[in-house]
Amino acid sequence: MKALNLLLLLLAALAIPGLINRTRARLAGRKGIRFLQHLYDVRLLLRKGAVYSTTTSALFRLAPSFYLGAALTALLFIPVGDLPPVLSFDGDLVAFAYTLALGRVALVLAALDTGSPFEGMGASREALYGALAEPALLLILATLALVTGFTSFGWIFSLAPELRFTVVLLLAAYVLVKLVFTESGRVPVDDPRTHLELTMIHEVMCLDYCGTDLAYIKIAGWLKTAALSMLAADAAVAAWGLRWWIAAPAAVLLTGLSVGIVESTQARNKLVRNTTFILTVAVLAALVFFTGYLLQLNLVIR
Amino acid sequence: MTYHITDNTAAAIPLRDIPEVPYAEFHADLAEKLADPRYHVAHYFALPEEGRMRFYCLLLDDATSQVLVASHVMEYYDEGVLPSLTAIHPQLHPFERDIAERYGIRFDGMPWPKPLRFPFDRYDRSGSMDNYPFYTMQGGSLHEVNVGPIHAGIIEPGAFRFICSGEQVLHLEIALGYQHRGVEHEFAATGNRLRQTCLAEAVAGDSAVAHATAFTEAVEKLSGHERPAQLDRERGIALELERMAMQIADTGALSMDVGYQLGQVACEALRTMTINTTQAWCGNRFGKGLIRPHGTDHPLTAEKSAMIRRNVAEIARRYDEVRRDIKSSPSLLARFEQCGIVPRDQMAAIGGVGQAARASGLARDLRATHPWGVFAKHISHEPVVKTQGDVMARLTVRCREVLQSARYVDRLLEIYEQKYAAGPSPCPAPDYAAPLAPSSLAFGLVEGWRGEICHVAITDPEGRIVADRIKDPSLHNWMALALAVRGEGISDFPICNKSFNLSYCGHDL
Repeated sequence: MKALNLLLLLLAALAIPGLINRTRARLAGRKGIRFLQHLYDVRLLLRKGAVYSTTTSALFRLAPSFYLGAALTALLFIPVGDLPPVLSFDGDLVAFAYTLALGRVALVLAALDTGSPFEGMGASREALYGALAEPALLLILATLALVTGFTSFGWIFSLAPELRFTVVLLLAAYVLVKLVFTESGRVPVDDPRTHLELTMIHEVMCLDYCGTDLAYIKIAGWLKTAALSMLAADAAVAAWGLRWWIAAPAAVLLTGLSVGIVESTQARNKLVRNTTFILTVAVLAALVFFTGYLLQLNLVIR
Repeated sequence: MTYHITDNTAAAIPLRDIPEVPYAEFHADLAEKLADPRYHVAHYFALPEEGRMRFYCLLLDDATSQVLVASHVMEYYDEGVLPSLTAIHPQLHPFERDIAERYGIRFDGMPWPKPLRFPFDRYDRSGSMDNYPFYTMQGGSLHEVNVGPIHAGIIEPGAFRFICSGEQVLHLEIALGYQHRGVEHEFAATGNRLRQTCLAEAVAGDSAVAHATAFTEAVEKLSGHERPAQLDRERGIALELERMAMQIADTGALSMDVGYQLGQVACEALRTMTINTTQAWCGNRFGKGLIRPHGTDHPLTAEKSAMIRRNVAEIARRYDEVRRDIKSSPSLLARFEQCGIVPRDQMAAIGGVGQAARASGLARDLRATHPWGVFAKHISHEPVVKTQGDVMARLTVRCREVLQSARYVDRLLEIYEQKYAAGPSPCPAPDYAAPLAPSSLAFGLVEGWRGEICHVAITDPEGRIVADRIKDPSLHNWMALALAVRGEGISDFPICNKSFNLSYCGHDL
């Protein structure tokens, strides 16, 4: 069952970028690239060698592997619906959040290591938005723990929660989808398609990478997106008491369609407005937490 | 002070008729006149003439449609130092920098004697663009970001040096000249007028029609030939088609830079439709080969006219939908409004022209103020003016000009169809050998899509063109971009840049 869980997660990670591209192309009235084009692109990158700037140190070369490792580890904590995750222990919620943060730190340090003013700007933005998004993620994880009474993903989603928590779980899923947008650098927070270095956040940190390293960073990005999307899908599916065979396609559809639609119809934020955007998500997460807390008190109003 | 007073449709001016005034008088009069925004300098350049240096100045009076031409001279043994006018009126900075760079004439009190385009035959070759000292500021919380001269994407070279405090831009310095090809030099080197026309088309690839029109205007003034009114109408149609295509392209580019995919793909499709219409008419998408002196190789036919009218109506209809979408999208308005503001007084001070100036409340549009060709006869143009001076204002001006141009094209084609649809075209074939007035100056002032384009052609006593001095609107407006990003976030630089969409090669020549 653990193998099936991991397999579904990896499939979701591969399908989400394809679905985003396809949605965007269809909305633009285009046929679009192959569904698995991103895989061909990465295969191409994996075959290429790497060129390193002479100003960089070992940190720069280690970071992509570290980033990929962190994303992969984080993925292992995530269950698909009621399937058991590969890794599970009490408090793995917190381990998940900070494994992701660890990967981010590695990339930020590597970007600073290059000494390029572009990458320095990107690193500062990534660090700021990462720090702002962290409370939102932790509050949502805390809400999940609160309403179910477990601190491990495996247990949280293994049992159907009580009916009164449906609203809380759905709201948690909504906030998690918002976090997918911020964490995977999509419109309105970041624009992965732009060629303008001055406006980039995530992409600008990877400007000095090529070949295998760049492929690692791209794959890590898919894994991270898949992990958060799956969490959102899990929460939504749990709210209805549904099982894993719904959760897996739901994760792909939820992120693929929402990101594709938003990127087609909306402009990205002015950079200073990103702060407001992420803080709003964090505030929403706090509200979800308090709603969960109140419901969990099980007050009887006469 | 005495000027030779003329306008944009009058004949060439014999050089001896242009008054030569002492520089002190010239300086005083220009200092006074330029304080009024109704005046701005269209061109100011120096030309060696029989052992001395003669400086010509074209001053435009927007209120009366007059073009005031004056000159001053510097003898061979005069001291090469003149009091700077830029110190009083910054709008003269590109002209004075050009004169100083080419001929080593120093302008005393010039606030920033920066080389303009590093031509190969410049006077002082001790400095080069590789070791150009950028403006710097000191401070622990400041950092510099250099962008270019090689850019990501398919754009031309130009270096941007930002001085930022965090994300906020305090200062932007733009260093250009990387695209210098010696266009003016080539004009003087070849006597072949067809080649000169082709050169004019290549000054800025996106303004091929406008530059070619300005050059042929100058040539035709020098030859003194009357041209049929239909030729003017066809040039007008070509110019407005070019304007539509480029304004639509920039609407799409702005949408792309903020990540608004629907606007981008819709405008890309419409722009293709527009330039393909031009291609169906003359065989080139950018209208190269369409504008020729004294005639045309591609006279309109009834079928072509019907095709253009049909396409333009369709483009205008679909573009209007895009325009409405943009105007009603909060996420787009949040990006474009209150971003990259250039106030009216700053725009006037730097001598901004074209749609950027109109977006800042400065109604400079040669089609209205100094009409030529069709604009002097069939169309009384009403410039589109916005006062906000932000990215949205520049975009709105673009949007409305597209629809306005579509109406003009339709109207001009309607006149054509009424008069000539059945019969043969009244436009003759081009004439590249028409004799030109000797020792004369003629100018062509044309409102291209980016702004006012000025070609000044000067002939020698044998009637050969010895100099064609070109001014692209970008020459003035690059400074507007530098002002627009002050205080903005550095991440908004790309949309400010796109909202002006200035030409590198038009500046660098």
